[in-house]
Amino acid sequence: MTRAASKRDYSLVGRDAEAAVANGLAAAEWYHTEIPRKEMKALMQRSDGPALRDTAIWLGAIILSAAGGVWFWGTWWCVPFFFVYGVLYGSSTDSRWHECGHGTAFKTRGMNEAVYQLASFMIMRNPVTWRWSHTRHHTDTIIVGRDPEIAVMRPPDLARVVLNFFGLLDAWHAMIDMVRNAAGNIGAEEKTFIPEQERPRAIRIARIWLTIYVATIAVAASLGAILPLMLIGLPRLYGAWHMVMCGLLQHGGLADNVTDHRLNSRTVLMNPISRFVYWNMNYHIEHHMFPMVPYHALPKLHEMIKHDLPAPSPSIRAGYREMIPAFLRQLRNEDYFLKRELPPTAKPYRADLHDEIAVAAA
Amino acid sequence: MSNWVEACDADEVEEEDVIRFDHAGRTFAIYRSPDDEYFATDGLCTHEHVHLADGLVMDGIIECPKHNGRFNYKSGAAKGAPVCVNLKTYPVKLDAGKVFIEIG
Repeated sequence: MTRAASKRDYSLVGRDAEAAVANGLAAAEWYHTEIPRKEMKALMQRSDGPALRDTAIWLGAIILSAAGGVWFWGTWWCVPFFFVYGVLYGSSTDSRWHECGHGTAFKTRGMNEAVYQLASFMIMRNPVTWRWSHTRHHTDTIIVGRDPEIAVMRPPDLARVVLNFFGLLDAWHAMIDMVRNAAGNIGAEEKTFIPEQERPRAIRIARIWLTIYVATIAVAASLGAILPLMLIGLPRLYGAWHMVMCGLLQHGGLADNVTDHRLNSRTVLMNPISRFVYWNMNYHIEHHMFPMVPYHALPKLHEMIKHDLPAPSPSIRAGYREMIPAFLRQLRNEDYFLKRELPPTAKPYRADLHDEIAVAAA
Repeated sequence: MSNWVEACDADEVEEEDVIRFDHAGRTFAIYRSPDDEYFATDGLCTHEHVHLADGLVMDGIIECPKHNGRFNYKSGAAKGAPVCVNLKTYPVKLDAGKVFIEIG
């Protein structure tokens, strides 16, 4: 499938980065639904209980599935165990990295940090670099030239999207970044969001990780078996599909360069297993509007503000049924996007943006 | 020369909470600790233009509502990423059930 040249410059040091600053889209004030302070305070309250329970289940499932995979290695019985292990390693770590990075999963900061470091390693995201890139993602969500975490740029590179269901491109780039950082090199784009005093930590962690991967490869080579890599490293590939499946729905096919999360983010109702793996990040508009609300309080937040939000996609399948045609249409017209209708009870989109949006979405 | 300004009624701020106070084109955050002490800082996070009064007060810390930047609201000290610059703090006094801050 031919991919047309983009009118958009997604570089963080390019033309659209300068334009976003000039147009007031960088670090702008965003719309949020009004919630009384007392209720907001209750929603933001931290607690260790839910995340301790979920993390005990999570770690237990990781250990059991890994043990099963090793025990049955060499037979077909290892496949279901590695299927589960892969999703836990290569997908659920995305949400653990995310929630613990926000510092909202646990009340105890040390617990957030421990899970954050572990999950960062498994998902292959330098914990320093990605802490800062995610900070920018929340400041400038889907602002072209500012947001370093735009999963599907326009026009969409669908081959890249498909390859990332198997982690191929992301893991490859993560490895290159790790080696580059381990060599002491922080890139020009990374320098736009990582403060100078944090860069040595990014380099130090990249060196530790590189050592772990080299050691794992050495053990695999000495054993003449791929099994060590099935436990460390490769699950980021064979288990990435669930993360990508959910992650694409967060913003895929929706508006860019707006300052209202109702326009550029998507809430999707999901089955309980996917919600456990994804730690409720399917409530994505709610999360972006109020990032201080812990994952376990997002369903309650959703109930409180749904009168002001577009109707959620009723399922993962429904989300894809609207998103894939939008991607295909963006191949012909990259300015096309899905404009989600608000219920009559909602405050309207900002009129100054709304008019432009109505034209582009037509 | 000191410049004490009335910010709010003391009971406007709940225990372990914060409110916003705007004065003369500036914005401040007024805190009440669980020990019933009052504190005041600049109202905007030093990381980005976000009002701290929408954040979470917990264990002597104010967390910014946007990126979870953390400050000790008594000293103004930044407590780690993504905030690197301390908050400015202001002297506070109570008089006849009112909170006053000295904004210099």
